[in-house]
Amino acid sequence: MPDSGTNTGIGASVRRKEDFRFLTGKGKYTDDLNRPGQAHAYFLLSPHARAKINGIDTNAAKQAPGVVDVFTAADLAADGVSGPICGWVVTQKNGEPHKSPAVSALASDRVNYVGEQVAIVVAETLAQAKDAAELIEVNYQPQPALIKMKDALANGAAQLHDDVPGNLCFDWEIGDKAATDAAFKKAHHVTKIDIHNNRLIPNAIEPRAAIGDYDSGMDMMTLYTTSQNPHVARLVLAAFMGLGPENKLRVVAPDVGGGFGSKIYVYRDEIVTLWAAKKLGRPVKWTAERSASFLTDAHGRDHDTHAELAVDKDGTFLGLRVSTLANVGAHNQIFSTATPSYLYGCLLAGQYRTPAVYGEVKTVFTNTAPVDAYRGAGRPEATFVVERLVEKTAKEMGIDRAELRRRNFIPPDQFPYQSPCLVQYDSGDFPHLLDRAMEVIDYAGFSARKQASAERGKLRGIGLSCWIEACGLAPSAVVGFLGGGVGQWESANIKFNPTGSVTLYTGSHSHGQGHETVFAQIISEHLGVPVESVEVVHGDTAVVPFGMGTYGSRSGPVGGGAVYKAAQKIVEKGRKIAAHLLEASVEDIEYAGGTYSVAGTDRTKTMAEIAFAAYVPHNYPLDVLEPGLDETAFFDPMNFTFPSGAYFAEVEVDPDTGVVTVLDMVGIDDVGTVMNPMIVAGQLHGGFAQGIGQALYEQCVYDENGQLLTGSLMDYCMPRADHFPSFRTEETNQPCPHNPLGVKGCGEAGAIGSPVAMLNAVIDAIGVNIDMPATPEKVWRALQSQAQAAE
Amino acid sequence: MPTVSMTVNGQPAAGEVEGRTLLVEFLREHLGLTGTHVGCDTSQCGACVVHVDGKSVKSCTLLAVQAVGTEVTTIEGLATNGTLHPVQAAFKEHHGLQCGFCTPGMVMSAVDLLSQNASPSEPEIREWLEGNICRCTGYHNIVKAIDAAAQAMKG
Amino acid sequence: MYNFNYYRPLSLEEAAQVLSAASDGKLMSGGMTLIPTLKQRLANPSDLVDLSEIADLSGIEAKGDTVVIGATTTHAEVADSEVVKSQIPALAALAESIGDPQVRNRGTIGGSIANNDPAADYPAGLLGLGATIKTDRRQIPADDFFTGMFETALEEGEIVTAVSVPIPKKAAYAKFPNPASRYAIVGVMVAQGPAGTRVAVTGAGPGVFRVAKMETALEKNFSANAIEGISVPAKGLNADMHASADYRAHLVGVMARRAVTAAG
Repeated sequence: MPDSGTNTGIGASVRRKEDFRFLTGKGKYTDDLNRPGQAHAYFLLSPHARAKINGIDTNAAKQAPGVVDVFTAADLAADGVSGPICGWVVTQKNGEPHKSPAVSALASDRVNYVGEQVAIVVAETLAQAKDAAELIEVNYQPQPALIKMKDALANGAAQLHDDVPGNLCFDWEIGDKAATDAAFKKAHHVTKIDIHNNRLIPNAIEPRAAIGDYDSGMDMMTLYTTSQNPHVARLVLAAFMGLGPENKLRVVAPDVGGGFGSKIYVYRDEIVTLWAAKKLGRPVKWTAERSASFLTDAHGRDHDTHAELAVDKDGTFLGLRVSTLANVGAHNQIFSTATPSYLYGCLLAGQYRTPAVYGEVKTVFTNTAPVDAYRGAGRPEATFVVERLVEKTAKEMGIDRAELRRRNFIPPDQFPYQSPCLVQYDSGDFPHLLDRAMEVIDYAGFSARKQASAERGKLRGIGLSCWIEACGLAPSAVVGFLGGGVGQWESANIKFNPTGSVTLYTGSHSHGQGHETVFAQIISEHLGVPVESVEVVHGDTAVVPFGMGTYGSRSGPVGGGAVYKAAQKIVEKGRKIAAHLLEASVEDIEYAGGTYSVAGTDRTKTMAEIAFAAYVPHNYPLDVLEPGLDETAFFDPMNFTFPSGAYFAEVEVDPDTGVVTVLDMVGIDDVGTVMNPMIVAGQLHGGFAQGIGQALYEQCVYDENGQLLTGSLMDYCMPRADHFPSFRTEETNQPCPHNPLGVKGCGEAGAIGSPVAMLNAVIDAIGVNIDMPATPEKVWRALQSQAQAAE
Repeated sequence: MPTVSMTVNGQPAAGEVEGRTLLVEFLREHLGLTGTHVGCDTSQCGACVVHVDGKSVKSCTLLAVQAVGTEVTTIEGLATNGTLHPVQAAFKEHHGLQCGFCTPGMVMSAVDLLSQNASPSEPEIREWLEGNICRCTGYHNIVKAIDAAAQAMKG
Repeated sequence: MYNFNYYRPLSLEEAAQVLSAASDGKLMSGGMTLIPTLKQRLANPSDLVDLSEIADLSGIEAKGDTVVIGATTTHAEVADSEVVKSQIPALAALAESIGDPQVRNRGTIGGSIANNDPAADYPAGLLGLGATIKTDRRQIPADDFFTGMFETALEEGEIVTAVSVPIPKKAAYAKFPNPASRYAIVGVMVAQGPAGTRVAVTGAGPGVFRVAKMETALEKNFSANAIEGISVPAKGLNADMHASADYRAHLVGVMARRAVTAAG
């Protein structure tokens, strides 16, 4: 690990400021908080995937010991409270907006998935609430469930929502269909694949939780919740769910135990818990049990795709055609339309010069939990399509996998590069990434390693992915143009304290990413204040400036950009104060590393002296300058950032059992400027684990009746320590040209590039195409079918 | 309701609980020791690992009444006078935590491992962590941290 | 969890008394299966009788050509026991493969076999080694003890006190774990010794079973090659999303051969 030494600025592996409290059990997660007089909530969840509700009898439950009250949809509707919303309007092929059915705050006349919240029981203790929930009688009229997308789309299929004919959320396209068709006409070779991107359950280790609190004296509602974006939650609760106005609502997201996208959304349980607290005039606390998390957290991925790549005889890509069905589950959520459209289709060109690309996506409502953004959100799915196709093409044409990619890379001198899929890539050096990855994995030595494995009766495989993604969610103008409902800037407020220390308020939210350290490093770098003298505050709408929160790998590029901008404002104000104190003109004041000096002299003032003067303005130019050293900035960049990478995976397969052992995982990443190498590597490691989890272990399975078969950690295989070797990561640095720090997002990269590298390695080992996850039985069956075919 | 008493982090602790009260509920709700977390309901994730009579156990799968008369150590009892235990210090030095939620259980589990095996190999560390799930780190730096702690504790 | 009364008796007699007085009493040892079951509200006993403080029920001892293990001995104690490691290393390895370290610190051999989960490891261990289960009333050979899925020969209120395991000449356990739960998808104990040549399989079927054809073949020639062509029929085996019956049948062969090779 790089030594942090004494440098605490950008580029140093500063050890994390937040760790002490987490390591000593002093972190404060939502469930660790308690409000005086709080009651406990438990939600009754639907046992049916699709049923009419003919009535709900809560009388017995209301009489049960300790019960404060029981509420259903009717109670919320009476108060004008409604359910989750969609935050992004996708315009369909026919020019119409996507279908977004209205969602109630609790299920009212029907349920559309197992786990849908039907009633809330509030009691003195959680055990009493659970006891009472068993006494609620719901008169369900079960109906056949639509679980598979093709069944939901079939002619004459029943409808989940009265206002969504054919259960089609949208039918959308991107790219140039005519040009792509023309490219296929002149193709020498066409590679075709039909692939499934497996459905995943995010499983942040902290289950979602919420505490509603109402101060009647102030008429102020407070929601403590496990959110990645408390201000967005407040905006949505106030503007769309009837729990406003915004100035009378405070949302606090304290320490949050991982998000991965699943804690972006405002869920029914949060809405109802907050409402119940006001209704009852006492705090109400709710925490999901893991089994409820499996059923109610937004799931991820779940695409069925047919794709074709048209190739010239020398391996040059001519055109790419992609047709995808994406499952949105029972209803929309904030990003559930953006994820399978723009966050997916815009990346279909990958790292290649493919001149013509056409993609079409149909999204489908089914009787399953809502599907939304999960680490990578659309981009792992795009990378999976492109890099499976490329790998298969190399095999079919007999061209080395690395060589085929190299022939088609966008050259480093072509940036910025306008992709045929709307976006403009900012910077990159793809050949360099691949060269370095080949060196690190020892690509040339693979055949000898394969031979050695064969001698031990094992099948060895190597897999590659060369990927690019778009993240650092912003800019507002583009997001708005594409249908997004909000701005995508970020805010920062730097407050110097009179004694020279700093409190930074950020609109970003840390739930593991280390903002408290990295943002302090930006302050240290640009204002000369040591990291330990910087307090980073986030997660409370009553305290921090309005911010858009953390998702889409946006905290570094956008949130960090705001911190930088605020720091520059501080420097400029300080310059004026320094000019006064040093009796020089502002133009003659130079600034470097926390010290102002008069050019050509040894007269200086430190930032601490400037801060003191700003707050104790005894000798201060009050006629031209306000007291105080406190600046706020909002940063809205001109483009997304485009991290890229080359990943190799190497595996060994036991042909007797089909078990895949991961031998090596190498990632060479371009994430722009690396602010803290230790933290960046950690983000990549975590992404690898989730990506390899998708490739080999994880899958969400519903049976034909819509019951979740993988409803606990007994059946949903979360990756564990003994599934992995140590990972090997390296970062190269092609600074992002359109944010001041030059950073590209790194939070999702590992999960975007690794699944397909891993699957490619398994397929290379066994010589048969299979889908993710490559479970032992699936691999074993593939080998059996191959052996039978050979006979 | 039964009264339970035990020693927690070296201090006597007692309270009235139901028979069905779990040890983790007693620790978090009666004693306010919220460092021990609950991440699942099937004894898989290990966020709730504490030591009972010196051995690591899942406090979500133990009734408070079963722990009567035992010595319980939680994450809050590991550091002494503000000085981190070598395992805690190594987790910080090697970035063995991100969101911090699995961390208390991970650390308590690792301390138990090192009490039984002063020099675990990498595979031994990885196998030992069967009962602790982390969603953030990919385990890479957790394994490094435990290895470094083993070295540090050997002096 | 529904509420219940909790007792921690200090003797077998007291345990039996409390249990018989309860309207729907349940014995508990480590609670590693029972507590998760209660948390899911899948059981609603009136009383829990915790056997863990009954002194005579815990401990490991070599007695003649057997090793006797008390019912409340934990998996960790079996795995770490010098007696078991030296006399029946296959059983120590089996115990080490159960669950995770924290489960092994609480879960007990008596609890495991009384529950007789079709995917638990000990039933294969005890059946494969030809053990005898001792209760507060009698001694039951493993062949008669495990009667079906979650079913045993135990009568109402009968308490397992110990298991007596004959020391084999050679034995090994090979396990193919469920990647999520770590229970056995297939686990095979192969042993040769005073109880004859035995092949016992857990995880694959509705309950632990022996594979007579393999036993006969191994009797003649204790080598992996000897059972190479012997398969168990897939019909009647368990099937779920982790493994079909065909795959389980295949794995029984693979694991059996690996166990034979490991047993040497």
